Amino acid sequence: MKPLLHAEGIALEGRLHPTDLDCRPGEMIAIIGPNGAGKTSLLRALAGIESDDGRVEIDDQDIAGAPPPRRMRLLSFMPTTRSLIWPIAAQDLIILGLPSPDAELIEVLLDALELREFAERPVNSLSTGERCRVLLARALSAKPKVLFLDEPLSNLDPYWVLKTLQILRDETTTADCAVFASLHDLNQTIAFDRVLLIDRGRVIADGSPERVMKLPALNEAFRIEKAGSVWRIAAGISSKEGRQSSP
Amino acid sequence: MKHASPLLLGLGLVAALNLLTPLNSLIDLQQSDPKLAWLLVEELRLPRMLLALGYGAVLGMTGAALQAMFANPLASPDITGSSSGAAFGAVAGAYWLGITEPLALAACGAVGAALALVALFAVAGRRSETATLLLAGIAIALAAGAATSLLLALAPSPFAFYDSFDWLMGSFVDRSLPQAAAALIPAGIACALLARRSRALDMMALGGDVAASAGYRPRRLSVEVVGLSAVAVGACVSVCGAIAFVGLIAPYAARTLTRGHPGQAILPAGAIGAILLLLADLLVRMGPAGRIIPVGVITTAIGTPLFIWIVVRMRRTVTS
Repeated sequence: MKPLLHAEGIALEGRLHPTDLDCRPGEMIAIIGPNGAGKTSLLRALAGIESDDGRVEIDDQDIAGAPPPRRMRLLSFMPTTRSLIWPIAAQDLIILGLPSPDAELIEVLLDALELREFAERPVNSLSTGERCRVLLARALSAKPKVLFLDEPLSNLDPYWVLKTLQILRDETTTADCAVFASLHDLNQTIAFDRVLLIDRGRVIADGSPERVMKLPALNEAFRIEKAGSVWRIAAGISSKEGRQSSP
Repeated sequence: MKHASPLLLGLGLVAALNLLTPLNSLIDLQQSDPKLAWLLVEELRLPRMLLALGYGAVLGMTGAALQAMFANPLASPDITGSSSGAAFGAVAGAYWLGITEPLALAACGAVGAALALVALFAVAGRRSETATLLLAGIAIALAAGAATSLLLALAPSPFAFYDSFDWLMGSFVDRSLPQAAAALIPAGIACALLARRSRALDMMALGGDVAASAGYRPRRLSVEVVGLSAVAVGACVSVCGAIAFVGLIAPYAARTLTRGHPGQAILPAGAIGAILLLLADLLVRMGPAGRIIPVGVITTAIGTPLFIWIVVRMRRTVTS
């Protein structure tokens, strides 16, 4: 099957080693790695926010040359920050900058993310979790081919974690789009089709969640180990400083 | 835009008032010497009205653009130090380099404003915390203000120091039409280019990363906003001196008309800024005869309580 996204040699100096990556339509990909490993850098390079080298194609189109309206149809990015300072109504923010918003889709999103009661409220007066849902709606509103979500499940209660995963799964199946999401909770990887483990700016493992969760490289990267069903701090893995230095 | 007509109507009204006030002296003159009455309007009141209108619009528009760019409702030409920087540049050009050509002075003002904004970027960074931005801006404004005073005090001309009021608090008195043109033509071009960036600046409400992922270029946008603001503010300050608070208040009011959208607020902020400054100049004329109150005194007197109100509101939003 032809890849939906094809990245070749994307790199950020000092943060991300040259990386090649493909993904198929309908795939949900989790990006995991310790703090500072390069999860956000990988997402930023894939989303074309910054890049020192390489190129990214989505649906056979080089994203670098795509003007804003086309690019919004190819990809959307949701940052890890939930800071929104302007008093823009939630429903206005969801369609901000879209050349021709799909009114029907917006209605569906408002219902699915239970945003209707604060659709008219300024986003800077919403709670962090509520803003997170507004930003997710915003990421979905342009019907992009690929979604890049930086820690989309942080700041959410258990109901909203599950609900968000369900919405993303529905979206990938019905719209044939793909999702890249960085995560901190390793237990959440089970909801994804594929896991990228990143450490010190390099993708060191790429496979199904079941496989990656069992890799010694995972224990090594996070300095934790599984004891029965719980994670605990690994004994005998040297400190970060003792390991090979970053690129 | 649905608010365009009332704003333009209000603007037309205060501009006409500005041109005709005080009316009785104009009527008296019209009866005794119609030619002189026309000359009074053309030579004195017209440039004054145009400058108040244009400078107000510049402060409103650049304020709105800087606020959208810095993602901060307190960023404005005065608080970022660019007005003071412009005054410094113009004073250095006029009193030390002996420049008299209005357009060259406008360029000096623009360079001063640009230096102040670059210094601000270097110290505070884009999307900086409000406190960092304010402290860096205030430090730059104070330093530039003091440096302006120093340049005036040590200037070869012994009377230069008496002009410091004009430079630091602003004035529209006795400006000529060529001076108005030197300020308003470059400022008008810069502001027209700024207005073209309103869609991109709206996208900045979602953060620079989201804007960049959508194909906008935040870094280039910030250079454009800073550069164009410096040209517009610098040109106006080089003719009228620095005027505070209009660039802070006008965008704030404008955003209530654009449902909070910071980029769309650029044009209405221009109209509101122009109305504010025309009204402030009308108030200046109510002062005792023979005494000239700097227009910046009026804008600061109105602006300070509003500024405090905005800060208190921001604090509530942050803590709620």
